[in-house]
Amino acid sequence: MKFIDEYRDFEIVQNISKKLRKYNDREISLMEVCGGHTMAIHRFGISSLLPENIKLISGPGCPVCVSGIGFIDSAIECSKIKDVIIATYGDLVRVPGSKSSLEEEKSKGADIRIVYSSLEALKIAKSNKNKKVVFLGIGFETTAPGSAVAIQIAYKENISNFYLLSAHKIMPPVMEALLNDRVKLDGFICPGHVSTITGSNIYNFIPKKYKIACVVTGFEPTDLMQSIFMLAKQINTKDQKVEIQYSRTVTKQGNLKAQEIMNEVFEAQNDLWRGIGEIPKSGLKLKGKYKNFDAEKVFNLRIVFKNENPNCICGDILRGLKKPTECKLFSKVCSPENPIGACMVSSEGACHAYYKYYSYE
Amino acid sequence: MSDFITLNHGSGGRASLDLIKSIFIKPFGNNNTVLSDSAILNIPEDRIAFTTDSFVIDPIFFPGGDIGKLAVCGTINDLSVSGAVPKFITASFIIEEGFPVNDLKKIVISMVKQAKVANIKIVAGDTKVVHKGKCDKIFINTTGIGVFEKDYSFISTGEKVEVNDKIIVNGFLGDHSIAVLGARNEMDLKVSILSDCACLNELIQNLIKANLRIRFMRDVTRGGLATVLTELAEIIKLGVELDEINIPVRESVNGLCEILGFDPLYLANEGKVLIVVHCEDADKVIKILNKNPLGLESKIIGEIVSEHPKIVVGKTQIGGKRILNMLQGEQLPRIC
Repeated sequence: MKFIDEYRDFEIVQNISKKLRKYNDREISLMEVCGGHTMAIHRFGISSLLPENIKLISGPGCPVCVSGIGFIDSAIECSKIKDVIIATYGDLVRVPGSKSSLEEEKSKGADIRIVYSSLEALKIAKSNKNKKVVFLGIGFETTAPGSAVAIQIAYKENISNFYLLSAHKIMPPVMEALLNDRVKLDGFICPGHVSTITGSNIYNFIPKKYKIACVVTGFEPTDLMQSIFMLAKQINTKDQKVEIQYSRTVTKQGNLKAQEIMNEVFEAQNDLWRGIGEIPKSGLKLKGKYKNFDAEKVFNLRIVFKNENPNCICGDILRGLKKPTECKLFSKVCSPENPIGACMVSSEGACHAYYKYYSYE
Repeated sequence: MSDFITLNHGSGGRASLDLIKSIFIKPFGNNNTVLSDSAILNIPEDRIAFTTDSFVIDPIFFPGGDIGKLAVCGTINDLSVSGAVPKFITASFIIEEGFPVNDLKKIVISMVKQAKVANIKIVAGDTKVVHKGKCDKIFINTTGIGVFEKDYSFISTGEKVEVNDKIIVNGFLGDHSIAVLGARNEMDLKVSILSDCACLNELIQNLIKANLRIRFMRDVTRGGLATVLTELAEIIKLGVELDEINIPVRESVNGLCEILGFDPLYLANEGKVLIVVHCEDADKVIKILNKNPLGLESKIIGEIVSEHPKIVVGKTQIGGKRILNMLQGEQLPRIC
């Protein structure tokens, strides 16, 4: 397929794989912080093409996984309010809250609809004037501008039955939190889609302050292999900096228009990360101007931190300290059919990816 | 006769009889028969294949088929991959009150057409009508009987599968899933792909008649190729190795999978069969399959290996290796 096969070229990948062998004098740990990268790595068997000393760790890159149980509980609580329609991205419906999931509530009669964009949710609100449509805003800088646009339109067009329950998060604070948490790490495979919006400058503090290599990476096998090579080279030559491998969409400044919309609608707040805890200024909430669209305020919901199953090691997995296979629950009690921890729920969660494409390592 | 199905049509009285006679009996070609409680069949063989399946697809009409075609093909294919020659099927309908009679007619005509293609008879049936909202438009159950011209009981058990056997599939994977997804129109995507829904009995019978060392057959339906192969690997306690580059998937299907985050190896099919054959007979199987319109894109996609028992390993396009597992839950579109 044109524009796909070029990026999955056998020769190129094998060539990089061979070249990587020269960086074999030390252990190199690289973390991907985007669920899309986790999936691509497993789907194409990238790890099987790396020399033994280069290890890939899956970080907190799946927005569904890092949203706390409390968020799901609030969404469920919201779905029980009379005349409420919950509009959500599909991945979220199976995420277990403390007692149930949205999927379970749907089977009990709650009106929960899967949408593919925030504007689709807005459409539902427009065509159901006597209902209240709550859109579950989830995701990083990639999806936050989409939610912001929907809110701006709702504001402009005076649509009074559309609300956002925001679990939007931003990437740099969690990366910094990981580095402060003494996670053993040499480089970040920086997210491609997030960076398309934000630009690569948001990572500048990482090499500067922490001496950690950063390469903004695309999602195809040649992208990943090239990035891993660039990271290994930076680390080997002790020349840690921010580089853009995914230059066909990512610039240093990013998408200024999207950033402007995001900043106009949202402001940063302290936020809870499943398995990690509270991280200052890592979440996005609606600004005062838009408070009438804020489901949390309008429906008086309180998103609280709740404890996970004590045997679940999602937190350690998200921090790159452990692998899914080191969890007692993995594939025995916890599977995509019956997810205990959030990393198993979304197809981009590290545990799910391991379960599905468990590769030779 | 009214334009819509009413509860009266399921009452067992005059309206029921009229419906059965006008909509079902005539097209099914049994108009000389007295309506009795059972069909009486002549089956001389002492071993038969017997299967049943229910169809609840939404939407009921989709590019390349409809629920009626699916209901006949599904059961025919279950019989065929067991090595049997399908002979008779029954059809039961659960219909929601208010269902358009014209749609019912279309569905029945489509079933008749497939029955002719597959050279089988629809010999018994039942109709129930339920209150509005108690079922989604129409559900169909079909049950089928097939006879064996040869003893093929090993074909579904995997007992004859050996190391070095080749794995073959008869064409493009994932068309059905994508066609149905497109017809649901939830994503404003215009999809021109047709479902692969088809009766495979002729294709499979031609293979069986050729006296080749076929070891195993299974239709590749829900759960997709990866799920069928994982099941096989577990049954035979041997490894399966796939050459992903040889797996036939349409470019358009691949493209949509890229957009939606699906893996084509997990998409549903309704006209695909997985065949495991002795390595020396693999090319002959391809030749025979290629003679049938339903087998033009047949490919050898992998083999049975002694390494990694019970595990399916895919050799990826870039030369990497990954393990394939069974489908868990529905494939949901990813969010970023």
